[in-house]
Amino acid sequence: MTPLLLSAYTATTCLGRGLDATREALRVGRSGLAPCAFETVQLATWIGEVAGVDAEKLPAALAAYDCRNNRLTRMALETDGFAERVREAIARYGKARVGVFLGTSTAGILQTELAYRRRDPETGALPDDFHYRTTHNSFSLAEFTRDYFGLEGIAMAISTACSSSAKVFAAAARQLELGSIDAAIVGGVDTLCLTTLYGFASLQLTSAQPCRPYDAARNGISVGEGAAFALLERCAQPAAGSVLLLGTGESSDAYHMSSPHPEGLGAKMAMQAALRSAGLSAGDIGYINLHGTSTPANDAAEGKAVAALFDKHVPCSSTKGATGHTLGAAGAVEAIICALTLTDGFLPGSPGTENVDPSIPIDYLLQSREGKVSRALTNSFGFGGSNCSLILGVAP
Amino acid sequence: MSRPLTAWIEGIGFLAPGLPDWPTARAVLRGEQACENAPSVLPAPSILPPAERRRASRVVKLTLAIGLEAAAHAGADVATLATVFSASGADGHNCHALCEQLATDDRQISPTRFHNSVHNAAAGYWGIATGAMAPCQVICAYDASFGAGLIDALGQVVLDRQPTLLIAYDSEYPEPLFAKRPVPDVAGVALLLTPERSERSLASITVTPSSASTEPLADAGLEALRVAIPALRALPLLQKLARGEAGQVCLDYLPSMQLQVVIGPC
Repeated sequence: MTPLLLSAYTATTCLGRGLDATREALRVGRSGLAPCAFETVQLATWIGEVAGVDAEKLPAALAAYDCRNNRLTRMALETDGFAERVREAIARYGKARVGVFLGTSTAGILQTELAYRRRDPETGALPDDFHYRTTHNSFSLAEFTRDYFGLEGIAMAISTACSSSAKVFAAAARQLELGSIDAAIVGGVDTLCLTTLYGFASLQLTSAQPCRPYDAARNGISVGEGAAFALLERCAQPAAGSVLLLGTGESSDAYHMSSPHPEGLGAKMAMQAALRSAGLSAGDIGYINLHGTSTPANDAAEGKAVAALFDKHVPCSSTKGATGHTLGAAGAVEAIICALTLTDGFLPGSPGTENVDPSIPIDYLLQSREGKVSRALTNSFGFGGSNCSLILGVAP
Repeated sequence: MSRPLTAWIEGIGFLAPGLPDWPTARAVLRGEQACENAPSVLPAPSILPPAERRRASRVVKLTLAIGLEAAAHAGADVATLATVFSASGADGHNCHALCEQLATDDRQISPTRFHNSVHNAAAGYWGIATGAMAPCQVICAYDASFGAGLIDALGQVVLDRQPTLLIAYDSEYPEPLFAKRPVPDVAGVALLLTPERSERSLASITVTPSSASTEPLADAGLEALRVAIPALRALPLLQKLARGEAGQVCLDYLPSMQLQVVIGPC
């Protein structure tokens, strides 16, 4: 593919609001995980909750969109000057030429979970103030974002569980390459809800401790929430130091709904496809941000795939010990983390991980360290065997 | 500098209330028979092993039925096809069961219900059933889901030069969600799109943005289906294909952006 410019980007997770909070936490190895005290949830697990989400107010005209997921969407859009850069792009290209491609796994389903506690005792009906379309539906965050900026062009949500907001980069890149649009708001937003917390617990995939990706004693994930956005544009002459999307690769495991292919076959195909798309070989990659959920099966399968493709000296880490697993937002959050490693010259470590699994032959970073790399690959894999790898680089 | 969103259509799959498959829908769209007022009938997915067949949900049966019909129509090997799924919602019955249980004191939901709750559940089962390891996209754009799926599928065909199977489908929620989102039944459309013309090509398709309005379908029964079920916003396009006509139709997409679809003859 032709490289695309990330002309603006931002990320908000339990590490804090925006790029500065994110880079500071990653550099010092701070984790944002805390024991679960979300809503009425009673589970012995740790979560990555974003502070202040429910204090966020939506514009009055968009009140029907009000739910935790869209509050976090707005909060993140109004961080790091991102919304301003979007408005500049709209002024440059027009309202119909800026597309919206956002990923989520559960959107605002928390709103429906809460509404089910308030059903009419006679009829069973949901309350009148519950709006399915603008909160629960998977498109709600994309439609909210489109309306927030008054856009009139292409919009879609991609919902492939935990690969959702990596795949939005690929979908937007296609339309930019074809010239259907001149810029794209890409990203992902997922927020805490009962479905995912109790759901991952039912699969025995949540850890009672903070998650420990790639640790020999890893025993499950820490569910997180987050929002991350990037503005993608074509750019013939990117300024030195700017961040570029160089390649995207997608594949399917065709194996199991909630377990990865044990040899990481689909993961390997996605990484190979991303390298092909970027016109690069494995030796060109300086850092890998792993999917690294901290389940025994995921990290073993992904580790095998990475070890099969890359030299064992390529530094790798999962940042989910810092952010938690932000599910449908993870692809975009981790793409932005790669952008920070490329621009700032550091490689993030893995808070929580103590003893790297000796059966996985990769160079896994426990501590953050200085390191200037020019290309980074990030993996995102989801339920249903959905895999996506992205390659980002810094313009010379 | 813009490159057109264009492809060749080689296969069609269809299922809707009163219209169990593409040959029936084709006859109705050609005006050769009337649209029967009957619930959608989902065939047992023969591609799944017997145990899985019994457990398969309505959206899994639906997507297997229309996807396999389109692939068979084109004589394509499903294991090799890239796919684009697009749906306005996930499995409504499963979602209701989860929300109902999470509103009680016993929140120990079933792990199977949880992994079936993802928007890409039908796509995941498609991969397991067909063995397809090619890229699989899963889109939602509420009432605009057919248009969004068509845009991404055509983009993949043009850029990756690979046959891509678009599977646009919807299913119903039970009450109380049905009152908030009254999709009446399951229905879906599958189109096998290819980059090159072949002896199997049925027509060419080219999509551009438009501000035109969609013409209602003349048949009141079909028009009611078009409006009630997002995937069936494709019906004006299917009517052209059924009649073997070249020409243009406008399809509903998003506010201020409709899709102008040009169908070319073979």
